[in-house]
Amino acid sequence: MGADADHAEALAARVAEAAARGEALRIEGSGSKAFYGHPVKGVPLDATVHRGVVAYEPSELYVTARAGTPLADLEALLAAHGQRLGCEPPRFGGRGTVGGMVAAGLSGPRRPWGGAVRDLVLGVRCVNGRGETLRFGGQVIKNVAGFDAARLMAGSLGTLALLLEVTLRVGPAPAAMRTLVLACTADEALERLAAWGRLPLPLTGACHLEGRLHLRLEGNEAAVDAAAARLGGTALDDAEAFWTGMRDHTLPFFAADDPRPLWRLSVPPAAPQPALPGDWLLDWGGAQRWLRSEVPAGTVRAAAEALGGHATRFRGGGEASVFHPLPPAARALHRRIKAAFDPAGILNPGRLYGPEGP
Amino acid sequence: MPGSGPRCPQSAHSKARTVDYVVNQKAPSTDARACLAALRKALPDDALLTEAEALRAYECDALSAYRALPLAVALPHDRAQVRAVLRIAREHAVPVVARGAGTGLSGGALPHPQGIVLSLARLDRILEIDPRNRTARVEPGVRNLAISEAARPYGLHYAPDPSSQIACTIGGNIAENAGGVHCLKHGLTVHNVLRIEAITLSGETLVAGGAGLDGPGYDLAALLTGSEGLLAVVVEATVRLLPLPESARVLLAAFATVEAAADAVAAIIAEGIVPAGLEMMDNPAIRAAEDFVHAGYPVEAAAILLCELDGAVAEVEAELARVRAVLERHGATEVRVARDEAERQRFWKGRKAAFPAVGRISPDYYCMDGTIPRREVGRVLARIAGLAREHGLRVVNVFHAGDGNLHPLILYDANAPGELERTEALGRRILELCVEVGGTVTGEHGVGVEKLDPMCRQFDEATLRQFHALREAFDPERLLNPGKAVPTLARCAEYNAMHVRAGRLPFPELERF
Repeated sequence: MGADADHAEALAARVAEAAARGEALRIEGSGSKAFYGHPVKGVPLDATVHRGVVAYEPSELYVTARAGTPLADLEALLAAHGQRLGCEPPRFGGRGTVGGMVAAGLSGPRRPWGGAVRDLVLGVRCVNGRGETLRFGGQVIKNVAGFDAARLMAGSLGTLALLLEVTLRVGPAPAAMRTLVLACTADEALERLAAWGRLPLPLTGACHLEGRLHLRLEGNEAAVDAAAARLGGTALDDAEAFWTGMRDHTLPFFAADDPRPLWRLSVPPAAPQPALPGDWLLDWGGAQRWLRSEVPAGTVRAAAEALGGHATRFRGGGEASVFHPLPPAARALHRRIKAAFDPAGILNPGRLYGPEGP
Repeated sequence: MPGSGPRCPQSAHSKARTVDYVVNQKAPSTDARACLAALRKALPDDALLTEAEALRAYECDALSAYRALPLAVALPHDRAQVRAVLRIAREHAVPVVARGAGTGLSGGALPHPQGIVLSLARLDRILEIDPRNRTARVEPGVRNLAISEAARPYGLHYAPDPSSQIACTIGGNIAENAGGVHCLKHGLTVHNVLRIEAITLSGETLVAGGAGLDGPGYDLAALLTGSEGLLAVVVEATVRLLPLPESARVLLAAFATVEAAADAVAAIIAEGIVPAGLEMMDNPAIRAAEDFVHAGYPVEAAAILLCELDGAVAEVEAELARVRAVLERHGATEVRVARDEAERQRFWKGRKAAFPAVGRISPDYYCMDGTIPRREVGRVLARIAGLAREHGLRVVNVFHAGDGNLHPLILYDANAPGELERTEALGRRILELCVEVGGTVTGEHGVGVEKLDPMCRQFDEATLRQFHALREAFDPERLLNPGKAVPTLARCAEYNAMHVRAGRLPFPELERF
C-alpha cells in the first residue's frame, strides 16, 4: 500500500520529456484491466504513485480523487458516509484505481439505472501528449462551459491524456436491497424486462444466466417491499456475493481458464437473442450480453451490428480487433482527435485500435 | 411552435449592440454571390431566404441584445439538403450557424453577418417510439415536449425539461446540453441521449453512441452534446425514455433568511435524498410571482424552497416525511405539502411564472446562469446583493438550488442611458464570482457569444488551446458557428490584460494569458 502523495508535477514533466523525445509511454495503474484493449509498446509510466482523495463533501454529492487512488479506498470512504458510485465499476482481482476506472470506462450491473462511468464524470485534471496540464469540467453537476472533454476521457484508455485527478458525482446508498430470482429462459426474461421497464420499479440490476433471471431492487424499505410483491420470484440469500461476482467477473461464467473468447455485445435491451452458438449471460436488463463462443469475430460483429449495436472482444480470441471496427470516416476522425491531444502519439499508442491507432 | 416562424423578441433593446464577435476570427474568404447561387440551385425555392425582411426573423435568438443579419437562411426539408448546404458553405468558405427554435439564452444561434443560418426546424419528424427499448428516434427539429407527449401513451417520458420545452428542439437541447428543473435526479441531456447522427462540414455522416447503451471508440455522443454547433450538425437523435413516476409530491417551505434556506438544501441532500426538483426563490421573486399568478406564496418569507419528490407511491410518502422533518429542523417557518395535484400545480405555477413575473416589474431583465457548489449559495447570494448595490441595480433570484445552478435576474431599463452597460458589468462580476468559489460561468444556457469573456477566467491558455485543437479535428476550416463557445486566445489576452490594468487580479506580476 502506498501513501497519499501528489506527483502531478513529476508526472507532467515525465510526459513532456517523453513528448520531446518522441518516446511512447504505457500508462499503468493497478494492472487489473491490463488485458483490456490492444497491447502497447512503450516505456511504463506508473500512475499509481499519484494518489489520495483531494476533496469530498457528501452534501455536495461529489468526490475528487487523484487518479492513482485505489478504487477500494474510495469506495470505503464513500460507504462510511452512506454513499457510493452509481456506476458500480468492476474491481477485477479486487484491484483497480480511480484513473483506471475512468480510462477503461467499464460499468457494473447497475449501469442502466445508476449511470455509466462517463455519466458520473464531472471534471478531470489531466496531462495531454504535449505535457500540458489541463482542467476540464469542474466539481458542479451542471456545467456547460467548454467542450465536454472530461467525459471524453471515459473509455479512451489513456490514449488522449494521462489522468491526474477525477471528480465524480456520488449518490446515496439505498436503505434496502433485495434480490429476486425467477426461473425462465433468456427469451422469456427479455420479454418480461421489456414490460417491466415501463413501470416505475426500483430496479438496479437485471441479469439472466443458466435459466434464472436475477432482479435487484434498491430503495427505501417500502418501495422495495411493494416492488417485490409485484414481481414475484424467490428471494436470493447470498445476493451480495452474486452481484459482486457479476460486477468483478468472478462468477464461473467468466472463468479465465475457459479457452473460448469472451465477447461483450452492446445492443438494445429488448433485442432478440442473436442465434450464435455458445454460452450467454445477459446483463443490464438485456443491453449488455456476454458470450462465450468460438464463432469467428466477424460473425459476432455482424450479429451485434444487425441489432444496431457493437461487439467487443473482451478477453481472449487472438488477433481480431478488440473493439468494433469503425467506418473509415469515423476512424479518421478518431485519429484526428487523438492527434489534437497527443500530436506525437506517445500516450498509450494503439491501445484502442492497434498499431493503426488510436 | 412548429410551423410558425421564429420572431426576435422586440424588447426595449432599441440600441442593440453591433456584433463584434467576429473580431479575432480569420476573415472568411467569402464569395457571397457565388455561394447564394449555388444554394439556390441545390435547394427548392421555399428552402432559402435571402430578403432582408425574411432574414429579420432570424437575426437573434432569445438573447436579443445581440443581433446580426445573415447572408441567407437555409430551411432544408431533409438530410440530403442539410448536407448540400454544408458542402456549398465549405466550398465557398462561408460560415454556417445551425439553429433550432431560437430559444437559446446565450446567443449561440446568433447569425454570422457573412454566414448562412441553417435552420433544422423542418426536420421535425418523430421517426419511432420504441416502448420495448424505451427510446425515441427523432429528427433534430422535434420539440422537447413533443417527445414526452408521444411517449406518454406508453407510460414513458423524456426527462430533461428546460423551461422552454414547449418550443425548444432536441437538436438545440443537444447543442447546449440542456438541463431543466428535474435534472438533479434524472440527468441532463448528455445522460439521456443514446445515439446521435450528425453531419460534419466535410459532409460525412457521423454516428455517435449506439442503439444500446454505448458505442465503440471515443465517446463522441458526450463530446457532441453541449458543443454548441461547433463540431457537427445533428440530423437524428435516439433518446432514452423513462417510466412516468407513479407519484409526484411537492413541499413548499418558507424561511426567514436565505442562508437558512440554503442550509436546508444541503441538509436534504445530506439525508441521502435526491429530490426530483429542488428550487429556491428569494423575497423579490416570491413577491413578483405572487402578484402575478397568486400561487398563495408566503410573501413575508426571505426565501422559499420547492421540493418535489417522485417515484413509487410508498417511496415518495416515506421521503416526504423525512424531508418535512429536515426542513423543520433547519428552521423553516412554515412547511406545506401539496394535498392534491391541483395544489401541486399551484405551487409550481409561481415558480414557472417567475421570469414573466419579473418582466412585469421591470422594463428589462438579464438572466444569468452560473453554477456554484451548494455550500456557497448563502454567501454568494449575499455577495450578489452587495454587487448589485454597488452597480445601482436590483437582482431577483429564482434558481435550481438542488444543483447550485443560479439564475440571478438583473433588472434594468434598456432605455435608461448606461443601464445596459452597467447590467452587463454586473453580470460579468457575478460570473467571475461563480468561478472564484469553484463553480462555472454557465450551468445550462451555454457560452454562445455571451460568456466568451468569463470563459477566459475559467480556463487557462493551454486548456483553451486544447479546445480549439479539438474543434479543428472536426472542422479544420472553423466554419461551423465561428466565434462562439470558446474564446480566442487573443481575446482572452486582451480581456485578462484589462483586468490586470484595473488592478483586480491578485499577483499582477505573474504572467497571465
